[in-house]
Amino acid sequence: MSGQVEDQSKLERVLRSGQLAVTAELNSPDSHLPESVHRNALVLGSLCDGINATDAAGASVHLSSIAVSAILQKAGYEPVMQMSCRDRNRIAMQGELLGAAALNIKNILCLTGDGVHTGDHPEAKPVFDMDSINLLKTARIMEEEGRFLSGRKLESNPKFFLGAAANPFVPPYDFRPLRLKKKINAGAKFIQTQFCFDVTRLKTYMDSVNDMGLSEKVFILIGVGPIKSAKSAQWIRSNVPGVVIPDAIISRLKQAKDQVAEGKKICLEIVQQVIEMPGVKGIHIMAYGQEELVPEIIAESGILDNRNNNI
Amino acid sequence: MRMFRLHPALLELIYKGTVAFLSPGKSLIVRSRIINRGLILAEHLFKKPVFDCQMCGQCVLHNTGMICPMTCPKSLRNGPCGGVRTNGNCEVKPEMTCVWVTAWERSKQMPIYGPNINVIMAPLDRRLQDTSAWANQLSGRTEIIQDEWSS
Repeated sequence: MSGQVEDQSKLERVLRSGQLAVTAELNSPDSHLPESVHRNALVLGSLCDGINATDAAGASVHLSSIAVSAILQKAGYEPVMQMSCRDRNRIAMQGELLGAAALNIKNILCLTGDGVHTGDHPEAKPVFDMDSINLLKTARIMEEEGRFLSGRKLESNPKFFLGAAANPFVPPYDFRPLRLKKKINAGAKFIQTQFCFDVTRLKTYMDSVNDMGLSEKVFILIGVGPIKSAKSAQWIRSNVPGVVIPDAIISRLKQAKDQVAEGKKICLEIVQQVIEMPGVKGIHIMAYGQEELVPEIIAESGILDNRNNNI
Repeated sequence: MRMFRLHPALLELIYKGTVAFLSPGKSLIVRSRIINRGLILAEHLFKKPVFDCQMCGQCVLHNTGMICPMTCPKSLRNGPCGGVRTNGNCEVKPEMTCVWVTAWERSKQMPIYGPNINVIMAPLDRRLQDTSAWANQLSGRTEIIQDEWSS
């Protein structure tokens, strides 16, 4: 990969140093006040190597991901700006990519996006002018060839650290590693997966990913998170697209005296198992509504013990 | 006519045959407005009932298991999103099987174009909506659009 070390984002440097990385998802506020972003970032703690600024997560409107990322950047955090294809066409997306680079936001997570039906404006027009793979490649063309898709030259090439999502837990299972390969070919340098509650399924996926040599080409962070209760697990299962929670986990939560503690315990067990897996380079914590648990999960999993930050 | 759908390997042969049959008349097809309209009509009559064709004008059926990716509610041309349900159905339309679950299964039955499911497809040129995909392919327009994305 070209570029000087100082061109690299902090997240990229951590991953390239061969150490396990931890990212976490920020709850984007329904507010224009920078303090709201600071407050939500503070809960996540200062240990994360990257904080994801969601782009109208679940197709519900919140403060924009570029604004959240810029506020995080200014406050000394490392933002991972999410960009979904649901709400913009290619003109808006290229402008926004350039805007991110102008604000020194390098980590861009390119997503297709949930359908508008899941969110708070189901009557809105779903755009999907491009898909996540086209978006990745667009960013890469801007970065490597210094031009827009139209061919018009940029004054200077922006620098990105491009990421994409993967969901090994939903069909067509045997196509998922090939889709990952397609994303790598389009320009993805890191991957953050959907929530992992099924370690066996992840193992099968990682085995094929390793056999195909893909884990040497991309940094894979596994999505994890604590579930608050059996009831909340049921709700997530039926309302959040792409999240698979096996029955065994729901019954374990049901039987627990303290469901919050059990949810955290399950999460920690999953973290231990996934970081042992060949090809896994870190975790991505999504603790919606329980963000205060993120520093505890990082500390108790020991994932950042022995961390060397002089990189 | 929907029964054609059952045989992806046969459909890819029909596709290959159609291209071979139309290719010699390429220059005429590209220039003649009457032939162009005729092709649009033929695509309406054949591709609509068989594939539920949306007339995007940039047909990639042979690269997507002979299933039209434009019938995906997110019109994804590069593979399934992460929202597919565990039963293989669509996130947006729960009663419908995910287009890409079907596309992947069918690609595996297609010896000629099946492996093309791994090629990065260009985003649509929206100006070609309701034009003839066959004419666009013969004129080389589709190839020009696709070129920078698959390289």
